Amino acid sequence: MVRTLSRRGGASRRRRTANAAATAMVVLAALAVLTPLVLVLVYLVGQGIGAIDLAFFTQLPAPAGEAGGGVAQAVVGTLELLALAAVIGLVIGIGTGVFVAEYPDHPLVPTVRLLSDALIGIPAIVMGLVAYALLVVPLRHFNGLSGGVSLGLIMIPYVVRATDEVMRLVPGVVREAGFALGLPRWRVILQIVLPSAASGIVTGAMLAMARVAGEAAPLLFTAFGNQYWNFDPLKPVAALPLVIYTYSISPYDSWHRIASAASLVLVAFVFATTLLTRFVFARRAR
Amino acid sequence: MTLGAEGAAEVERRARAILELDGVNVSYGGTRAVRDVSMAVEPNTVTALIGASGCGKTTLLRSLNRMHDLTKGARVEGRVLFEGQDIYDRTIDPVAVRRVIGMVFQKPNPFPTMSVYDNVVAGLKLAGRVKRSELDEVVERSLTQAALWDEVEDRLHTPATGLSGGQQQRLCIARSLAVDPAVLLMDEPTSALDPQATARIEELLAELKRYVTIVIVTHNMQQAGRVSDWTAFMHLGELVEQGPTDQIFTRPQQPLTERYISGHFG
Repeated sequence: MVRTLSRRGGASRRRRTANAAATAMVVLAALAVLTPLVLVLVYLVGQGIGAIDLAFFTQLPAPAGEAGGGVAQAVVGTLELLALAAVIGLVIGIGTGVFVAEYPDHPLVPTVRLLSDALIGIPAIVMGLVAYALLVVPLRHFNGLSGGVSLGLIMIPYVVRATDEVMRLVPGVVREAGFALGLPRWRVILQIVLPSAASGIVTGAMLAMARVAGEAAPLLFTAFGNQYWNFDPLKPVAALPLVIYTYSISPYDSWHRIASAASLVLVAFVFATTLLTRFVFARRAR
Repeated sequence: MTLGAEGAAEVERRARAILELDGVNVSYGGTRAVRDVSMAVEPNTVTALIGASGCGKTTLLRSLNRMHDLTKGARVEGRVLFEGQDIYDRTIDPVAVRRVIGMVFQKPNPFPTMSVYDNVVAGLKLAGRVKRSELDEVVERSLTQAALWDEVEDRLHTPATGLSGGQQQRLCIARSLAVDPAVLLMDEPTSALDPQATARIEELLAELKRYVTIVIVTHNMQQAGRVSDWTAFMHLGELVEQGPTDQIFTRPQQPLTERYISGHFG
């Protein structure tokens, strides 16, 4: 029998057709992912870019129907809420991540890991309810702290998973080297393993921040929103997602434009954070 | 039991020993990896543990500074005496044991986020307050002892991962020496290195004897012959024979040792 290597045979043609079809399908799938993203961006830029000016970032809202004004209090409010969320989400999240990664023999670890993963599936608005029950009901009024806590709660499972995964990637021999020097376990974890995993943990933390930056639902009945400056975390605090919500359902065209502008700013912020993290760590990795 | 001339010599050896193993057994989840090993290690000597893959030599080595504490399911029985104290006694702190009995691993494992300098002082700095000027001294001394100083003198503050494999391994030796251990356990320290880097480390061992007692696991019989004063041959978890290295290599008492030495298995 002659073993043919020719491209002309039927088998060869069938194989090439199948290959081309499979390639086309995955390319289409990728395009299907990109298309809505691009459409959203184009729409937001078209609607919102006109309303972004200096006043947007420096002034308080103008009275309804009047031109001008901005949402400075919401830009700052979102940053405040994210800072609060980061404190809670990172401290508890990294702590738990270290626990599940470094103490695999502890009897609580499987349960903690399972519950933490289950937490990812809990709707954001439910986390808002938790913060409402814990911090709004006892204080008898809406406040920024409860908003920050609700966002922090949402962040926790993402940070736990990121920390757990990257810490387990640090080779065991690195830990052993630390133990063999006569270092106690907490020092090995804190000063050798954590720094080795730092870039992955920061990336995970940034993604978690980006995830909660756009949350409106849990803030509706916690941070509540504010039309004025307020730097007291025990009083209602403004946030961009709340501005988007309130202004979008209003009857005023000028408010609709501000809602689009706020969306654009939020998306740009999340994009910038993600890109910056990648850039910084891509350079570090070299 | 009668004490012949050889028995008397053994009693003397045990009296001088810095490390004494007495009926050491190590098992992993019920499987016995090391069986009833007894031996003495004299100070400022190099002891080689040789034997085929899986004979338990690394397992035995790791029982000498309680590294098995970190392995789930590992169990050590018997006594390991360091200067007369049983390191498995309940009153002993395993962290303190590892400060005096250091370890160098098979593959170089410098701390990846640290510079050359920080790697050397890691054990000291992370363990407590040491003056900056003292650290500088320790770095120079340790790197000199590890025969690495001349090569890294002008790049102490560059990442340790930038060094070659052989340099990294000598850095790991320097890092172990920096905490001033009495015993250094080496687990096939040259198996990941090229012949030149291996030769440098072998030369180094003869020097290092002056400061520390060395127990080295090696796959390479020529290496054992070149660097060690005392050789212990293990087979299937048991210590088959031990003695002065030249005697083990020229006049082994056990047929099994002879077959291993002459390359019939392993």
